[in-house]
Amino acid sequence: MLYDVPQETLPRDELEALQLRRLRQLVDKVYYNVPFYRKKFDERGVRPEHIRTLADVQLLPFTEKQDLRNNYPFGLFAVPRDNVVRVHASSGTTGKATVVGYTARDVANWADLMARSFVCAGGSRRDIVHNAYGYGLFTGGLGMHYGVERLGATIIPISGGGTRRQVMLLRDFGATVLCSTPSYALYLYETIIESGIDVTDLKLHTGIFGAEPWSEKMRAEIESKLRIKALDIYGLSEIMGPGVAMECREAQDGLHLWEDHFLMEIIDPKTGEVLPEGATGELVLTTLTKEAQPLLRYRTRDITRINAIPCKCGRTHRRITRIQGRSDDMLIIRGVNVFPQQIEAILLETQGITPHYELILRREGSLDTLEVKVEVDEQLFSDEIKHLQRIESTIQKNIKEFLGVTAKVTLSEPRSIQRSEGKAKRIIDLRHS
Amino acid sequence: MKVEQISVFLENRAGRLAEVTKILAQGGINIRALSLADTSDFGILRLIVTEVEKAKDLLKAGGFTVGRTNVVAVEVADRPGGLHSILEILGAGGVNVEYMYAFVTQSGQNAVLIFRFDRTDQAIEILQAAGVRILSGPELYAL
Ligand SMILES: [Zn+2]
Repeated sequence: MLYDVPQETLPRDELEALQLRRLRQLVDKVYYNVPFYRKKFDERGVRPEHIRTLADVQLLPFTEKQDLRNNYPFGLFAVPRDNVVRVHASSGTTGKATVVGYTARDVANWADLMARSFVCAGGSRRDIVHNAYGYGLFTGGLGMHYGVERLGATIIPISGGGTRRQVMLLRDFGATVLCSTPSYALYLYETIIESGIDVTDLKLHTGIFGAEPWSEKMRAEIESKLRIKALDIYGLSEIMGPGVAMECREAQDGLHLWEDHFLMEIIDPKTGEVLPEGATGELVLTTLTKEAQPLLRYRTRDITRINAIPCKCGRTHRRITRIQGRSDDMLIIRGVNVFPQQIEAILLETQGITPHYELILRREGSLDTLEVKVEVDEQLFSDEIKHLQRIESTIQKNIKEFLGVTAKVTLSEPRSIQRSEGKAKRIIDLRHS
Repeated sequence: MKVEQISVFLENRAGRLAEVTKILAQGGINIRALSLADTSDFGILRLIVTEVEKAKDLLKAGGFTVGRTNVVAVEVADRPGGLHSILEILGAGGVNVEYMYAFVTQSGQNAVLIFRFDRTDQAIEILQAAGVRILSGPELYAL
């Protein structure tokens, strides 16, 4: 099902014409209304009229998270403060929060895009939505909330915390859609079991998960435990909030990025160069319709790639693949960009499991070397040398084939690396020591 | 007629083998037979011990990755040609030996060969049909 058939299935040429029209309006607007951008344009000798094609977006300056902090709190507003009806902010773990303002039309567009995303996930106005995203300055809760209301489904604004009570209400209200972070969904499941509730007593059929990195493995786990279809949603507060891109239920293979409202590019995070379609790199977004706080070429730091293959759901908006990591984690090995998550994906594909691993970078002479240490657990272990050697060589071959890097794969004993969620220090870079 | 063997993954680092034997000694477990197969960066230690379950638990608690496999223990006279005749029987039966190791009993009269086959049940049938003496676990531990 589609929420907005004309917009979601707009032929590519019309979609791109719309993008260009909106981009040119945007550039005019920020040049004359946002001193920060005007200064950047002038420094680069760029004038709004230089933007004649979509590719000319490359003439424009990037915007970084730090720019938002430097202009804290309202310095990047492109409209008088009177026109701003809502403010969200992300809690900066380091330094100042990043603040985002919305006009009434921004809030309405967001609700529309969120409703579009919700239907894209297989939701409809008959659904009861258990929204466990946090409400408040964080965009997750309210973003989902207004989208569901816009569609006309029933929203339960449960927010975060109080998990035992959540489980009870989840059952009693007969919620059909769960919105939360993927790790919270698994935590909810454990609490459901602890509460003596049978999963089959719940009416859930769909989960919309985002706001933190997750994997296909985690998806499989959530789907089988909660007996739902789990779909990936993407968004970030600087750009809007949840609903920038959404995976469709039909294909469950990548997220349609709503290109009528956002212009996407993939760049090399080190050089800033725009990469050809299909290459993996950092996602850069330009807001095409935001009024209060439009951003040009915002560097999301999220690593993904564009999939331009037409989707079986009929939407013409191109897809991005599941976020593969943060550009800050990128390693350059002999000139090749490598993300630890790509190696993790290869290990998962090669072995069907995610073993614990460690990447060790060394410099031998003038050459970088990569060693992938893979812990041998009971699933991987065999009493035969040749089986273990085959594992080593298969991983090595796949890393070479998919990433273009030669790695030495070493099997190692289980060791006590920190194993908290995704925070394990998996990279040891000895090249500059 | 199968015997359980435990195998332990070892990195090629000094002291790892000693760590295994220490853990087993402290647990009061006797090692009846032992073989180490290694490559340039790792090794697999294979052990026949008196208490398989306990040995496995102790080693796992000690941070090792431990596996269990069924192997076949064959007793042959400790004289020239003893091993060769067994291999001939197996070869004629079309069974592959993945690996093997041997030890001599305390009496010194007989040798015990530990075999890991690709098709264990078939191998046992062939050996029994040829009149080869296969040792059970208890028999092996009692040697
Ligand atoms: Zn689709």
